Amino acid sequence: MIAIVDYGSGNIQAIKNIYKKLKVDTKFVSKPEDFEGITKIILPGVGAFDEAMSKLNESGMRQILDEMVIEKAVPVLGICVGMQIMAKASDEGELKGLGWFDAEVKLFDSKTIKHKPKLPHMGWNEIRPEMEHPMLKEIDLEKGYYFLHSFYFKCLDQDDILATAEYGKQFHCAVSKKNILGFQFHPEKSHSNGINLFKNFAEL
Amino acid sequence: MLRSRVIPCLLVHKRGLVKTVKFKSPKYVGDPINAVKIFNEKEVDELIVLDIDATVNQGEPNYKMIEHLANESRMPLCYGGGIKTPEQAQKIIKLGVEKVAISSAVIDNPKVLIDIANIIGRQSVVVVLDVKKNIFGSYEIYTHNGKQKVKRKLYDFIRELESIGIGELVINSIDNDGVMKGYDLTLIDKVRDSIDIPLTVLGGAGTYEDILELIQRHKIIGAAAGSLFVFKGVYKAVLINYIPEKIISVIRKISKA
Repeated sequence: MIAIVDYGSGNIQAIKNIYKKLKVDTKFVSKPEDFEGITKIILPGVGAFDEAMSKLNESGMRQILDEMVIEKAVPVLGICVGMQIMAKASDEGELKGLGWFDAEVKLFDSKTIKHKPKLPHMGWNEIRPEMEHPMLKEIDLEKGYYFLHSFYFKCLDQDDILATAEYGKQFHCAVSKKNILGFQFHPEKSHSNGINLFKNFAEL
Repeated sequence: MLRSRVIPCLLVHKRGLVKTVKFKSPKYVGDPINAVKIFNEKEVDELIVLDIDATVNQGEPNYKMIEHLANESRMPLCYGGGIKTPEQAQKIIKLGVEKVAISSAVIDNPKVLIDIANIIGRQSVVVVLDVKKNIFGSYEIYTHNGKQKVKRKLYDFIRELESIGIGELVINSIDNDGVMKGYDLTLIDKVRDSIDIPLTVLGGAGTYEDILELIQRHKIIGAAAGSLFVFKGVYKAVLINYIPEKIISVIRKISKA
């Protein structure tokens, strides 16, 4: 059973709808007891870093998430700000991140973006794989994914980079470390390419 | 490379979808949820839904409808209509909408954008400005479906919006609405020159060539259209449609050039 973490941030219903179409069971989890029988976790997120982080801290699920992800190595997928909070810290906020990746979240330098528009990075962009990974099975790289952000995830350990995208420069748009995955873009709003990604996660 | 977005814009009036001409004579074109389902199948880049009754009726946004739209939509959704406060914006984002569009509320109080951006993030804050050319050839901002003229200079105002901090500006040409004779490229050039944030333009697209011309000119831009994606043929028969894959390939090539 895949858990979709409901802490008041991110489009949980859209993710549930996609899995319903794929005939994969999911459930919303909002307290530690809900994690009974869970084999995979999706951590969505939208909005500002501190807003997401404080909501997660207040949700009472911090400890169980660390336990499931770090000790029990349950596969977890972070989306957008749900990915960013897996870093240690962010330029966008004051609060500490989950620290699951040796990474930080930085603001794009608009000086390196030579075209208009500059920020935010908004729209469909291609992605480039940086490692072989089952998550990228049957993904149309040129079609790419929908992005909506001004801050980007920066891996300090190069081995964690799953895919990059270009916006002013190459940045880390997908990351992977053992059982932990993070995607900056929005697979839940990226049509068939997004659906395939959720399918691949279910099949991991 | 990032490519231009091609965005159907749907107008909601009395719970149905309508299409106007120069902001007048709304014609019923179907059911909003049904349209979203068709646009899902066509893998549309993004969708804008504007409730044109909400501000005029001075009521709350129709959250039930927004939730339903957001749940059905497998593409990014921007909702506008009746949003005045950070609380309303937050509620709409929580329903699963990616971006909220604000219009008349920013005219009275542009600073409200700061409070909204602090909660939902700047990237999700969109301002829609309806503009119309006056007899002297300069552009003026209107609200309340083109009925109230705003005493602000367009280019100064959009620079102010950018400096306050928004994610995207949508410029809607009232003169070109529903006319299907092409975008107002002069207006668009001037707006693009004035600001750096993502820009989406609406009003006038009648053919795929109109869209390609705009994208050729600006490389990365949001090309929105109403009539083009809800009507077919000279008699304007209602048929929800979208640009074919071969046009998307052309757009991809333009972004790489």
